[in-house]
Amino acid sequence: MELTMQFKENILSDHKGPKQTYFSPYADNGGSIVAIAGEDYAVIASDTRLSAGFSIYTREQSKLYKLSQKSVLGCAGCWCDILTFTRLLEARMKMYENEHHKQMSTPAIAQLVTTMLYYKRFFPYYISNVLAGIDEEGRGCVYSYDPIGHCEKVQYRTGGSSSALLQPLLDNQIGLKNIQDATPVSIVKDRAIAIIKDVFISAAERDIYTGDGIVMHVITKDGITEEKFPLRTD
Amino acid sequence: MALVEVCGVTPNFLDKSIYEEKCVAEQLLELDKKFFSYHTKISLPPFSDPVEKLKTIAVDEHGRGIKIHYDKGTTTLAFKYQGGVVVAVDSRATGGQYVGSQTVKKIIEINDNLLGTMAGGAADCVYWERVLSERCRIYELRNRERISVAAASKLLSNILYNYKGMGLYMGPGLYYVDSEGNRFPGDRFSVGSGSTYAYGVIDRDFDYSMTDEEAY
Repeated sequence: MELTMQFKENILSDHKGPKQTYFSPYADNGGSIVAIAGEDYAVIASDTRLSAGFSIYTREQSKLYKLSQKSVLGCAGCWCDILTFTRLLEARMKMYENEHHKQMSTPAIAQLVTTMLYYKRFFPYYISNVLAGIDEEGRGCVYSYDPIGHCEKVQYRTGGSSSALLQPLLDNQIGLKNIQDATPVSIVKDRAIAIIKDVFISAAERDIYTGDGIVMHVITKDGITEEKFPLRTD
Repeated sequence: MALVEVCGVTPNFLDKSIYEEKCVAEQLLELDKKFFSYHTKISLPPFSDPVEKLKTIAVDEHGRGIKIHYDKGTTTLAFKYQGGVVVAVDSRATGGQYVGSQTVKKIIEINDNLLGTMAGGAADCVYWERVLSERCRIYELRNRERISVAAASKLLSNILYNYKGMGLYMGPGLYYVDSEGNRFPGDRFSVGSGSTYAYGVIDRDFDYSMTDEEAY
């Protein structure tokens, strides 16, 4: 009996006062996405740095996910959310494939991403998504999302840590916004690739969460080609 | 499992699926049953009062705040006049201080004779008005007649009432429906951050018997 009392006292002395527990499921792991849609192609690129604050986890992590032969998803933000989200998305696409005996089209994937993001409305994924691909008619398309699944179809879009830095640059170079007597024309593939390289170089200069390298996927009716380019690593 | 019993935790306390090793496909099927066939039921957070709680957990491991900015809409306007109904919106979406997009479509076609406008959380509005358009189609197929605007707005307000107090924002027009489940019929409505200015103009110039040109 005395032994038990002693035991209890020992336990109590180990726990002094109330203890607070922390639950912090979110992290910002940086990274940027840029996507441009053209007449018969779409280009999407991400940087390859995965970081947290001032430390870099890896210099070679692509944030692009090949979902099908016609569509690529770019995710930047909280890495754990990216992993979970893309894993679930791939499973849902596989289920669609088994049910309908065909691959999901890019607009269908776009809607699926919306509903999957909105499903977590009250405890959202901390990701910014950009989906690029070619639709059933073979035209390039880009869809951009907010963290809870508001989707918009656009011609060009940036996402991730330096999106606010890059979007105005694309507005000027591709959208020709606020330029007098300018009529926006659809740009050719090589020009789109050159612009993406340029904007990433600019982002790496000013944003510490973006750098190390670019992975670029060019989607055409013939399939997806992948290219890599170095960026500054400091 | 044995450890759980030793600790005296009742199995009901924890989700059973943690112990039973299920393959991902099986888990997804369950998720499917809950969500796919019944998509007005979205995932509930693992904590109460999501609006307040999210603010406290949106912090990374270094203690810096993480700001999750949703796209939000601003000003929408709708009024009835003798020629019909006019709906007007702007097209800007903002996330925090950043103008996320200048080309948002804020008028949502629910069906051929119903329009919804959105102000507030863009995703909230688009998602639930999409659900509404599905419900309206089902109503049409079941009852072989068009759904009335009153009935459609009632459907929407009933759905939204279930999520009252959880931080949904929205307000489509003419029947005014908001995220608290309120629903008012009226001649003219304006919703959103610019609505006070829009009300100023419309209250001065409004006349039910105006012509089509005046309405524009």
